[in-house]
Amino acid sequence: MNRKWYAAPYGVWMVIFTVVPFLLIIYYSLTAGDGGFTLSNFQRFFDPVYIKVLGRSLGIAALCTVFCLLIGYPAALFMTDKKVDRRGMLILLFVIPMWMNFLLRTYAWLTLLESNGIVTKAVNAVITFFGGEEIRLLYNYNAVLMGMIYNFLPFMILPIHSVLTKIDRRVIEAAQDLGANPFTVFIKVILPLSVPGIVSGCVMVFMPAVTTFVISTLLGGGMKLFGDLIQQQMITTGDWNFGSALSMVMLILILISMFFMNKFDNGEGNIM
Amino acid sequence: MSKFFKKAYLYLVLLFLYAPILTLIVYSFNANKTRASWGGFSLNWYMELFQDPEILNSLYITIACAVIAAILATILGTLAAIGMHSMDKLPKLIFTSISYLPMLTPEIVTGVSLMILFLAVKLELGFVTMVLSHVAFDIPYVIFAVLPKLKQMNNHAYEAALDLGATPTQALMKVIIPEILPGIFTGLLLSFTLSLDDFVISYFVGGPVQNLSVLIYSMARRGINPKINALSALMFVFIVILLLVVNRRASIVEQKQH
Repeated sequence: MNRKWYAAPYGVWMVIFTVVPFLLIIYYSLTAGDGGFTLSNFQRFFDPVYIKVLGRSLGIAALCTVFCLLIGYPAALFMTDKKVDRRGMLILLFVIPMWMNFLLRTYAWLTLLESNGIVTKAVNAVITFFGGEEIRLLYNYNAVLMGMIYNFLPFMILPIHSVLTKIDRRVIEAAQDLGANPFTVFIKVILPLSVPGIVSGCVMVFMPAVTTFVISTLLGGGMKLFGDLIQQQMITTGDWNFGSALSMVMLILILISMFFMNKFDNGEGNIM
Repeated sequence: MSKFFKKAYLYLVLLFLYAPILTLIVYSFNANKTRASWGGFSLNWYMELFQDPEILNSLYITIACAVIAAILATILGTLAAIGMHSMDKLPKLIFTSISYLPMLTPEIVTGVSLMILFLAVKLELGFVTMVLSHVAFDIPYVIFAVLPKLKQMNNHAYEAALDLGATPTQALMKVIIPEILPGIFTGLLLSFTLSLDDFVISYFVGGPVQNLSVLIYSMARRGINPKINALSALMFVFIVILLLVVNRRASIVEQKQH
């Protein structure tokens, strides 16, 4: 017996659980409730109501990516200063929260941001001290943005850090010997060499941020993102045709961002 | 000064990452139900946690589903990897590409498509569909954990075993499997942790059956519940201990090798 037949059970499995579901989504997205072919599901998506949700999703995911980069890059950079054994410990410290259930982590922010939570009290104490009005931190756009940054920040730090540690120290020393000040070394040497890590990190933050529906449900107080739309159509409304069309749109979005990652990334920034 | 700044910055980022988790843990010992005030130290919520049939049932479902799915995925995935390794170029490419698909697809799309599949064939959503879905998203991780080990392996060893009179099954069990065992183990562990933590797919395919993640989601939507605090604290401590043990074992193994 040829060894390749060991893959046969998985071959059958793959057809049933990967190929068929995929075809089903395409089928439902291209048919009406009665089974006839139609493009109306996709046309319906171009309704301003849905386009607005897509825009909001893309916008908040982009903002989240920018913030993660701004916060995460310096952290990744400063980590490389540490001695190797201490660095392992630091990486572990950044990984441990990711091991905690993602819902629990998001839920944890409810505690801090609710009206008598510690953070809300502290922020409002500062605001009222300067004569401002008390604000609500939970159930709005900013709460969702913060929840996303919190959840996805490690995805930015780890790939950037892994690329930074691989930079040849001698290149940096050469730049210093040739008279570059620390700022020039960073702009001309370190930053360009870390681009693969940045791209990797951005994609790894952007993709889950675009598709999430948990964070907006828990922290957004009725704010709808693209993931919420799909969830609503499939579970609440039960309109599989429109839900499938929305899923196709999301899939295409993700494939486009994957394409960009492959274009820029030579695999160095990959932490998987 | 600069060194101090860098250190302070790193601690600040870590504070951001840990503050919510630590708050949950502290409040899990709060005697009061509301977070408005500290009512003194109490283990009340832990007691209630272990008397809550809903939570215990979800815990049982989570672990059972993760164990069954991880084992099934490891068996199927390992066999698949062995088969794929000796395939010709084209079928291998087809298998690899289709295996990548679930890893690239957003979880919500995978969840939705599997839900449609189960409902289309009139399979009632529940524990079985949850396990099947978990196996489906676990298998690619097993395959891609095992394949590199197969590539590292010396192919002649298998042929030598056959020449020396071993049946293909014996050669598989005695030559190939021991050689790729680290990859199989990685795949198993990865599958188990992915299943344990899964929310999105379980949410769509579980129907009335809720694993812990889905239960937390529904509880959090109903309002803040101190029992979840106690649960999170326990899970966090469990994970940290697990990580430390695995890390310690890894470093002991490393020391022995040197």
